[in-house]
This record gives sequence, structure tokens and C-alpha cells, in this order.
Amino acid sequence: MADPMRIRAKIEGDKTVVRVLMAHEMETGQRRDSTGKVVPAHFIQEVTATHNGKTVLAAQWGPAISKNPYLQFQFAGAKAGEKIAIAWVDNKGDKRTDEATIAA
Amino acid sequence: MHQVDHARREALKQGSATAIFGLFVAAGLVRPGTAHAAWNQAAFSAKTVDAVVKGLGGASTAPTKDVNWGSTPEIAENGAVVPVSVTSNVPKTESISILVEKNPNALAATFTIPAGTDPTVSTRVKMGETSQVHALIKADGKYLVATREIKVTLGGCGG
Amino acid sequence: MTRLTTGGALVLALFACLPGLAAAQAGDDTVKKIEEYRQALAGGNPAELWEARGEDLWKRKAGPRNASLEACDLGKGPGVVRGAYAELPRYFADTGRVMDLESRLVHCRMTLQGLTAAQARARPYGSGTDRSDNEALVAFITSESRGVKMNVPQSHPKEREAYQLGKKMFFFRGGPHDFSCATCHSESGKRIRLQDLPNLTEAKDAQRAYTTWPAYRVSQGELRTFQWRLFDCFRQQRFPELEFTSEASVALTTFLARNANGAEFNAPAIKR
Repeated sequence: MADPMRIRAKIEGDKTVVRVLMAHEMETGQRRDSTGKVVPAHFIQEVTATHNGKTVLAAQWGPAISKNPYLQFQFAGAKAGEKIAIAWVDNKGDKRTDEATIAA
Repeated sequence: MHQVDHARREALKQGSATAIFGLFVAAGLVRPGTAHAAWNQAAFSAKTVDAVVKGLGGASTAPTKDVNWGSTPEIAENGAVVPVSVTSNVPKTESISILVEKNPNALAATFTIPAGTDPTVSTRVKMGETSQVHALIKADGKYLVATREIKVTLGGCGG
Repeated sequence: MTRLTTGGALVLALFACLPGLAAAQAGDDTVKKIEEYRQALAGGNPAELWEARGEDLWKRKAGPRNASLEACDLGKGPGVVRGAYAELPRYFADTGRVMDLESRLVHCRMTLQGLTAAQARARPYGSGTDRSDNEALVAFITSESRGVKMNVPQSHPKEREAYQLGKKMFFFRGGPHDFSCATCHSESGKRIRLQDLPNLTEAKDAQRAYTTWPAYRVSQGELRTFQWRLFDCFRQQRFPELEFTSEASVALTTFLARNANGAEFNAPAIKR
């Protein structure tokens, strides 16, 4: 089970700015370990951000996204106190969903 | 169990393949990651910008200057973590993709921008070496590309 | 090439590192652009992931006694985390020793949670999926001193003794390279390739260096503690391994932490 994400969502002007850190190895499948064996690819493939049941960002990622990924985006129409949910699924089918309250 | 049985009956009644499939996922019979058709294998396996565009379903690209690179640096001290920030000023931007030309596979990420979301994203990518980095914008059904070079300090210098 | 007066070695090092760069670019411009890179990273620090895990480890019941670490006395009373790191290492009457954060954590995990010494000292530094609870706990506890001025005490004789021993270690030359900490860290303007080396004998550099550890090292994708920094410096200078939570380790930490007094603590940070 992966560690929780760190999600910060804050109203800035008429937008909600969302900053997310995810705990993930993001293995490319091209790296060898100290014994010479290829470390299997293990990376987040899909990220979805949802507010009030509406998708506010959908992403597909390859293994070239850095380890412990960072994501920032912004959207309109949210109010302080409402929730934003971020979900990811990786290439092994592991997944994680976390929620944060939008700050004023 | 009752709910699941009910759902299965409903699914069978509907005869809907997707509903049955969804049930299998819910029951843990199919792992979503392996079964999910949404991840664009073709685009993420592509080696060139043109092949990525084709993989994403486009035909051709035109250059654009309507992209702001924000805090994206020109030199990265370490290629393992290169901050990339892309803001599209192209009207009707539908998606933003980030491509690193000299990586083994060019496409790093593609973001779908629904209405109400600003066409601006920031993330961090891996770069094996100094390379052209492309912001590929899909707007009003067309693909536009903006490019900047990011230098990566290599070997002992960054390590 | 107008900056040659600032040090030919610097310009040469940059050429060696960035062969693709035009000569005109290789001076201050490169330094400025690398600074921009560092600033772009500062906006989102994965160290937060370690801080969150550490907070969970601090609060969660664990060990044979099924106890949390919340009653641990880090020097400001049981359970007080805020500002505690800025006053460590310090003398603890209950053990009769000067302890740094790591040795105090080992003590608390043994006395509160009932771990053995070997269990409490296990895996001081993590790697990939082989994670270190110590690093996560240190990330959490240090984050609770962010913005607090360093105030490492020297009131107890044993604290002064530790400082003097640490100072002696800092200047002690030895090993196959006849190296000391001071070989790299007692002159201003020194570099290894692109990396500035802090002059730890000057207050400003000593403060900046100490107050920016722990740090998320982007080159490793790991959070690294000040303990790790010392451990790896010892490896680089080909000294015997600096034993985790040993008297030597605490003494050297006391010397360097005390020299940062007066500066605001600003970590966990993010570094290349």
C-alpha cells in the first residue's frame, strides 16, 4: 500500500491552485540494480483530479515523470471548504485516492 | 453479498459487456492496471514527436509561440528531476503533453484540460541528457508545438 | 571570460562540466540559471512525504509495549516537539549523556516502545523501498523546528566537553588521504566541480549548512539527514565508518549545531 499523497489546494483569486506530491518509485524499467538485474518498470500511468464529482484534470504519465511525482494545476468554480480528490493508478494496478479540503 | 448478486443480475439483464467487466474489476477478478485500456501505449512507446502525435490520434503539427514556460529552468542541475511548467495561451486548449526528444520514449506526460480548468500544468520529468523539450498543445482539434532546450549537467557535476 | 578574476578554477570546472555551453555563457550566467533550477524545485518538496510518514510513526502505537513516541522527551519536556531540534544536541539528566536527535529517538524507542538497541538502531538510512523509520521521524521532528532560531546549549560541562571533542574531530587529519573535515570546509569559495563547499569555520556558512539539513536529495530521490551528511563525508574522506549515535557522531554534531546558533532553522530542504 502506497503512502498517502500530500495535497494542498488553495483559493488564489478566482482559481483553486492544487499542488500534489505522490510517493512513488517511478521505475523506468531501464535501470539495473547492484546485481545487474533489470529493475522492473513501476510507474503511475493515470492521474485523475475530481471536484464535486467533476473531473478537473486527467493525466496519463510515462516512466519519465520523476520519482515522488509533483503536480500543480488550477481550476475555477470551487469554494473554500469543499473537497478535491486525487487518484492514481500505476502499471501494476496499485492505486491510491486521497482527498484534501480547499483552503481559503 | 446481496448487493453484489443484485448488481450481477442487473448486469446480466442489461447484457452489457462493460457493466460485467466493471463487476469483475469490483470483485478483484481483473486488475485495473493491466486491464485498463485508457493508457495510450502507442503514444508512450513513440520515439519521435511525429509518432507521439500519431499515437495521440493527430496527423500533423504546426509551431506555436503561444506557450509560456513559466518557471521551467534552462539548465537542470540534475536530470533526474527537471521542473517543467507549461501554460498554453492557445484558445480552446484541450490537452497539454510534455515530450523530451532525447529520452528513450519521447512522451513524458499528457494532461487533458476540461472546461473550467486553466491550460497550465507543472510537473517534473527525467532527462537522460541535454535535449529539446516540447510542449504539445491540442487545441480545437489541432496539434501545436512549442520547443525549448534544457541543458542537463551530467555525471559527477550533478551527482 | 570577464569573471576569470573570481577564480580560474571555477571557470575551468564549468567548462569541464558543460562542454556544450558557449564560452560567454559559462560564468555567472550558468550560476544564475542553476539558481533558477533550485528555486523551481523549492515550490514542491517531496521531503513532505517523509514528514507525513514520520508524524504517523511518532503517533502510532508500536513495539512490544504497544506505545507511541508521543511521551518522548526531546529536551523540552515529554511530548514537546515544536522547537526541540533547534536545541539539540543537549545533556539529558536521565541518561547522563549528551544526545543528538537520533540517539534520543533510539532511547525513546527502547524505553517507551520496548525495542532492543539493535532494533532501535536498525536502518538509519533508507534506500528505495527499503525505508528508514529513523529518516522519517527525523524529517517530522526537524520540520517542527522550521522558523525557530538555533539555540544549542553549552551550559552543562558535558555539553562543553562534547563541543570540544567535536571541534578536535573537525580538524583531525587522518586516513589514507590524510584528510580532515577542515580540508574541504575551512576556506571560503571552495568547490568540488559545480558544488559550493561551505566554510564551516565561518558563522554564515556554518549556519546555512546546518539549518538546511535534512534535505530531499534529488540526485538520490531520498530524504537525507544531517547524520547521513556526516556519515557520507567520513566515507568520502576514507575515514572509518562514523557509527550511528556514537559519542563521536554526537560530538561532531554538537560542534556543528552549536556553530549555527542564532540562525533560523529552515529544513527539511531540497538539494540537488
